[in-house]
Amino acid sequence: MTGIAMRLIIDRERCVGAGLCVLSAPELFDQSDADGRVVVRASTDADDPAVHEAGRLCPSGALRIAGP
Amino acid sequence: MAFPVPRTCPFDLPAGYAALRTERPVSRVRLPDGQLAWLVTRYEDVRRLATDPRISADRGHPNSPYTELVTAQGRAAIAAVGRSLIGLDPPEHGPRRRMLMPEFTVRRVNGLRPHIQRVVDESIAALLAGPRPAELVTALALPVTSTVICELLGVPYADRDFFLDRAAVQVRRDVPPERRRQAGGELRAYLDRLVTGKERDGGDDLLSRLAARRNAEFDHDQLVGLAMLLLIAGFESTASMIVLGVVVLLEHGGAAAVPKDPAALGLAVEELLRYLSIVDTMPRVATADIEVGGVTIPAGDGVLLSFASANHDADTFDDPAGLRLGRGSRQHVAFGYGAHQCLGQNLARAELEIVFRSLFTRVPGLRLAVPLADLPFKRDASVYGLDRLPVTW
Repeated sequence: MTGIAMRLIIDRERCVGAGLCVLSAPELFDQSDADGRVVVRASTDADDPAVHEAGRLCPSGALRIAGP
Repeated sequence: MAFPVPRTCPFDLPAGYAALRTERPVSRVRLPDGQLAWLVTRYEDVRRLATDPRISADRGHPNSPYTELVTAQGRAAIAAVGRSLIGLDPPEHGPRRRMLMPEFTVRRVNGLRPHIQRVVDESIAALLAGPRPAELVTALALPVTSTVICELLGVPYADRDFFLDRAAVQVRRDVPPERRRQAGGELRAYLDRLVTGKERDGGDDLLSRLAARRNAEFDHDQLVGLAMLLLIAGFESTASMIVLGVVVLLEHGGAAAVPKDPAALGLAVEELLRYLSIVDTMPRVATADIEVGGVTIPAGDGVLLSFASANHDADTFDDPAGLRLGRGSRQHVAFGYGAHQCLGQNLARAELEIVFRSLFTRVPGLRLAVPLADLPFKRDASVYGLDRLPVTW
């Protein structure tokens, strides 16, 4: 990635509560008790492989990784 | 090509899928009622169409491609259940799904694990106390999955024989449409009475919580439809994964094949889900002309997304017909993909992990009581499975 940070984009409106982000990176993602939608727990590094995995698995496009 | 094509090898997909992916990834198929539909077989195409806003999940559409022979009355009944969730499009789908999402989060399901463990332990204890050989569908798979979903929904477990029978009929293709319709009607009438009671008295269960939130947009009939969908989806497919998973694990070394480490066990379950792909297709309808896989699907045509074929696409999974429990195959689409991806997927994962670990720990000498070739595989059902699994130890 040569120092250029990727960006994590969260669109809670699209979230369908599958929870695959939580399975990929439980320390980074959670789901709201109120509506089941994705919650970002900590400041995430979009270059983190676990975040990439979460982006690749997300079935709704609620969680995407964008280039710089 | 006539569709569906039954499986011939017990664990491999129907013959011809591999050639379709290479030669005609979007192909015309003829359904049991004579209707034509497009069968989509490549992983990338299936994932793309499953999230395409020009694809409708409406099961009431006249071209919705049913893979079983259904009568006009049957179509109406399936469409009614579909309108409760799985057959809804935006903007109705999102709010309805969000009512249920908090009930199935990873944390919520993890909270149910001790309870699932207790149910599994009780079934295994009863199995060990009973005669040998034993039959694992009725001794383990159905009791575990139906107890878990009954308690979650608030359906009295004492009524299980009634609804297990009616629900089992619903997913078979070899049962006459008239009998399926009758079973569906009886199940619906039962749930209608149950939901009426919950609307009156309430309780600490999922259906009571939904009943308390009834409003003009979400009425009694829709709640009954949702109860029916959750009940059937809640045990049939998971029970099938349990019995087929046990057979596959036995064929690959039994207890020695089941990882002890929780993370490795989780991956093994993902690979079993991918490998077995027990729910092949989901019906969709194109609402616009859509170019995919070298063809243009015209607006209004029925589309079958083959999640099973996608899971065996060599462009995505190396040696897809091979079982490799340690491979990371989380990107499989055994639970579907897009806005309709299985709501109960994390509950299913928890049940499968707990059953496989507990069964092979407590009964390490487990083995088939009949030759593999004699097992009654449900080769032509909309959820692939086994009618009976005789085992001994």
